[in-house]
Amino acid sequence: MIRPEEIKMSSEETGKWGMVIDQDICTGCQACVAACAMENNVTFVGEVDSGYGRSMHWIRIERFWEGEYPEVKMTPNQPMLCQQCGHATCEPVCPAFATVHSQSEQLNLQVYNRCVGTRYCANNCPYQVRSFNWRDYERPEPLPNQFNPDVTVRRRGVMEKCTFCIQRIHKAQDKAKSEGREVVDGEFTTACAQACPASAITFGRIDNPESLVSQLGHRSHGVKHLEELGTLPNITYYKGG
Amino acid sequence: MSDKKAHSHEEHLREKHLMLDPLPRGKMNEMVMEAMMEPPTWKFWLIFGFLSIVVAYGLFYSWARLIMEGVGLAGVNRPIYWGIFLVNTVFWIGISHAGTFISAILRVFKAEFRRPFTRAAELMTTFGLVQAGFSIFMHLGRVWLAYWLMPYPNQRMLWPNLHSPLTWDLLAITTYLLSSTMYLFLPLIPDVAMARDRSTGWRKTFYKILALGFRGTEGEWAHLRNGMNIFAFAIIPVMFSVHTIVSWDFAAATRPGWNSTIFGPYFIVGALHSGMGAAIAVLAVIRGTMKHMKYFIRGEHFDAIGKLMLIISMAWAYFFFNDYMVQWYGGDKWTQLLLHFHEAGPMGWMWFGMLICNIAVPWAILWNQKWRSTPWLVATVGIIINVGMWFERYIIIPVSLSINRMPFTWRMYQPGIEIPLGIGTLAFFILLYMAASKLIPLIPVWEVQEGQMAHEFKKFGRETVVSVSELE
Repeated sequence: MIRPEEIKMSSEETGKWGMVIDQDICTGCQACVAACAMENNVTFVGEVDSGYGRSMHWIRIERFWEGEYPEVKMTPNQPMLCQQCGHATCEPVCPAFATVHSQSEQLNLQVYNRCVGTRYCANNCPYQVRSFNWRDYERPEPLPNQFNPDVTVRRRGVMEKCTFCIQRIHKAQDKAKSEGREVVDGEFTTACAQACPASAITFGRIDNPESLVSQLGHRSHGVKHLEELGTLPNITYYKGG
Repeated sequence: MSDKKAHSHEEHLREKHLMLDPLPRGKMNEMVMEAMMEPPTWKFWLIFGFLSIVVAYGLFYSWARLIMEGVGLAGVNRPIYWGIFLVNTVFWIGISHAGTFISAILRVFKAEFRRPFTRAAELMTTFGLVQAGFSIFMHLGRVWLAYWLMPYPNQRMLWPNLHSPLTWDLLAITTYLLSSTMYLFLPLIPDVAMARDRSTGWRKTFYKILALGFRGTEGEWAHLRNGMNIFAFAIIPVMFSVHTIVSWDFAAATRPGWNSTIFGPYFIVGALHSGMGAAIAVLAVIRGTMKHMKYFIRGEHFDAIGKLMLIISMAWAYFFFNDYMVQWYGGDKWTQLLLHFHEAGPMGWMWFGMLICNIAVPWAILWNQKWRSTPWLVATVGIIINVGMWFERYIIIPVSLSINRMPFTWRMYQPGIEIPLGIGTLAFFILLYMAASKLIPLIPVWEVQEGQMAHEFKKFGRETVVSVSELE
């Protein structure tokens, strides 16, 4: 929850964790989608439900085209995931505080066991990146053998979404703490960034000007999606650079 | 000659107006008791049995499946996370509004024509809210945890989020349900006391409990009148707030087509529009099926509610136009896309159907007093308005949700288990009414009698004039 005195204007908001996505080098191979599903125990929805718009991927590759057939031109692929807004629209509308803002990590968290499934957050998300567990989906073999023990398995009726692999963030922080040092930039990354063969996704601390993500993020033609809504997104996109 | 003419004028007024056609209290008591105690016919049992089956299958069996298997049985998807369940919730809350409007506002403004049908209208409020409650709980992904939305003391100090319009919605609807039930109950006390004194067996016990030992002494009446007065005034702001808060669920969201500042009053007028239509249909059914009701519910009542319907239809048209204009002038490209999607998209037939049902039909029929006083005709208009208002909510929720700022996710909505569940709520609403018609006096006899006592004919020279005296 954001209190009025904590609402900052776009220029002064820095955030903590951020991402830079270069659409020009994204090949649309969906490796990030698969890696995310495996890392975060995202369930297997099946063809029918997926075709009806119930796919539950936390990251998706959006493909668009320009022009009318047959003069069709593909535009760069657009990986879309939770933008980890600094001023998220999903947070204030949840009646049960199931989606909250982490003050320490500056991320939007989803508390699965507090969610009652009003789906208001998903309606109010301008990026449409929240996934709802429409049913208790069966995972075909051998998927049940590869659950990530660090991530909760969600049941039906619960909303879920990208967490910026918060389990990896915590693991790296714990390790650094036990070794008595700070987390080094590039020491760990999210599953999607790790899996991307083209290195189109870069993840890191945006409040550290030395980090790779900050360096990349300061190029001039970066775009933050739907910034005009005042959501303060933490992902910068590059296209046509 | 002139005396005879005046006499026939008086006769004419008497025939037309219930308030000028008094019967002794004993006779009216008898009529209302007979209407209630009349043994149900085979037709009643046939409809009752059929509706019970519909409720058992549509409401309870389907809901159990929905809970066991998940919301996937419904037609919701990304980006249409809200579907017919929310449409039905808004629809039923809308219907419940006219009950209070008729009963409380007309009581406060001392509109005399309200007297015979306040009870029927208040029942509509309570029964409608029950269906709204069903619909909103069906919508939840994990309904068994719905109590988390209530502020209850708990060890972890977890409270509902008061920033969320949904929390306010729940509080407002709960307040409204409780207060409207009490407001239904207070004017019922003298009538159940009357029924208690005229019945035997289990009914006697039932009415004895409901009547709370009311004997009709001066002191009891004074308390009752005070109570009713307080409730009549206090429930009006509650009523307005409930539907405004329902509209905030949409208006407070950052969705094109929802983010409209006019939604509060627009929803209230829409609620009254559908509620009046439902009220008049209920009155026509009561008048047509129950004994002696043609004495209590007359053409004048349909005429009066018909006028209200016409005015509300005009107000709705204004707010609809205003909402459209304001959003269009906003210049947001997504909103403009959405507004064109409304009328030119695949659901355009529904958009035009809404305008025909909500504006064209009422305006074409309700301007004429003769047509307005014809029960079946006004009732048909009322039902058509309800269809139109359901369309309106359908356009606001699933149709508007199809278009958002992420074109990759655009998709259409196909209802699934919402259909049996929606029909189940409608059947349950009618079922509750049928049960109520046999269990409680549907006509507030004391209120009718009070009105009749206040009205009298006075002669000024040759002119016969109706005068109404203040009783309270």
